[in-house]
Amino acid sequence: MDTAADESTRFQFAGDQSLLVYFGHQITLEANEKVRRLLRLLELEPVAGVRNLHPAYCSLLIKFDALRMEHDELKAILRRYLKRLDEVKLPEPRRVEIPVCYGSEFGPDLAEVSKLHGMTEKQTIELHASVEYLVYFLGFVPGFAYLGDLPKDLVTPRLASPRKRVPAGSVGVAGNQTGVYPFATPGGWRLLGRTPVKMFRAENDGLSLLSIGDRVRLTPISRERFAALEKTWA
Amino acid sequence: MGVIEVQAPGLLTTVQDLGREGFGPQGVSPSGAADPVALRVGNRLVGNAEGAAGLEMTLLGGRFVFWDEAVFALTGSDFGATLDGAPISSWGSRQAKPRQTLRAGPTHSGARCYLCVQGGIEVKEFLGSASTHLLSGLGGHEGRALRAGDLLKMGPAKGSFRARRVSGKAWERLAPRKVLRVTPGPQSDWFGESAQKIFYEGTYRVAEESNRMGIRLQGASIPLRAGGEMISEGVTLGAVQVPEGGLPIILFVEQQTTGGYPKIANVISADFHSLGQLRPRDEIRFELVNLTTARGLLVEQDKLLASTDLIVAG
Repeated sequence: MDTAADESTRFQFAGDQSLLVYFGHQITLEANEKVRRLLRLLELEPVAGVRNLHPAYCSLLIKFDALRMEHDELKAILRRYLKRLDEVKLPEPRRVEIPVCYGSEFGPDLAEVSKLHGMTEKQTIELHASVEYLVYFLGFVPGFAYLGDLPKDLVTPRLASPRKRVPAGSVGVAGNQTGVYPFATPGGWRLLGRTPVKMFRAENDGLSLLSIGDRVRLTPISRERFAALEKTWA
Repeated sequence: MGVIEVQAPGLLTTVQDLGREGFGPQGVSPSGAADPVALRVGNRLVGNAEGAAGLEMTLLGGRFVFWDEAVFALTGSDFGATLDGAPISSWGSRQAKPRQTLRAGPTHSGARCYLCVQGGIEVKEFLGSASTHLLSGLGGHEGRALRAGDLLKMGPAKGSFRARRVSGKAWERLAPRKVLRVTPGPQSDWFGESAQKIFYEGTYRVAEESNRMGIRLQGASIPLRAGGEMISEGVTLGAVQVPEGGLPIILFVEQQTTGGYPKIANVISADFHSLGQLRPRDEIRFELVNLTTARGLLVEQDKLLASTDLIVAG
């Protein structure tokens, strides 16, 4: 590891064509904002030879063409970028509302999560829908947004053994995070409900409903509303 | 514009090119050919740009009918292919007449065989690439593996055919390896001396449940040094992550873009194509190299792939 800009910002090579930039080793809003600032700067002023960017909670992985540049060259360029983070203007956060039908077969873990926290299902739903979440980053699969932070009383460990298949649209919690599965995938998050909204649309390259830095609210809806909305998204 | 009819798709056949880079911020991994060297060479043999889309067959090949005249090449592993019943060898270009049937069987060597055609396979691009991303059902031919009855379009052919093949010397140098060279992973210092010894001295076996997302390994379990708490971070192709339980997983072409398991090592880029030829039950080992060596090997491989010595007449 070596220091990049200040004590808490460090470089670490990840592979022969990738470099990690760590902004500390804790999930904080401050660290995540630095990730978003560096990402933004690299998108506005792309570095020749950089091929991909993988933002996360408090780090950014940069994949580059090893035939065109070496780690040390990239580090030198990044040191200059890192000095300019404060002047980066982040876009005004988009505010996105996601309708969620909680419980029953849509949220098979709602009862257990409520029990774990000594709450009724209604209280769990209200609490889960009571706050505005930040999209820390998108990862895992296309369009999967890591939303945080969960209200403290909802912080729940993930399932001991993951489900082989979680239906698309499922809304789950794990640790102090919540998120929506865009596709049917294996998954270990505890499922509270499901959204009829398509989280990732390929048709027009429209891509992900959510982007890094967005603010998200979850709105409880009825089964009837779910069915109606599902039709409009089909 | 020619057509290829899929009469039997084989075990898992998808349209692949060299993948889509640049969409990590949306959680989209590159996908692309599991053995990019085989695809690049196949394309060169038929006179395409090396990133044109071809078909990737897995373990058991398919049966295809060329409705129109076509120039094609098979690369990667030997699937015992025949054209109208006559055996044809891999790593060379061929010409098919209209209505001829190409049949590829079970593999005789590694996991994947590529069919490249002059003009490439034409599909609607998704995010600038023809690659199929199976998990999300995006890209390629309708976002899925091929089925019997599918009709694939070939791009405009140049109309010229010269029989060409890969030189024996180049073929040997590009052969997939079972000893995978790696550089240390970003969390390699989370693994103590005994863990490193287990990883680098042990033999691992490729598990049945491996797929284009990840290659799961069976063998000696790698103990983690206690105390570290891992925060999810970006990961790329070739990362060797060690989940609870200690059995490593090599992230593959359709990888997740972020992950929360510590990585002990990372397969070097020059050996990525070897990952694409690993079959279930294959035995592999890991060999540590430094970044300079890794880069040197990649430069050498790229030079060979671009060189005029790669392909000879015949």
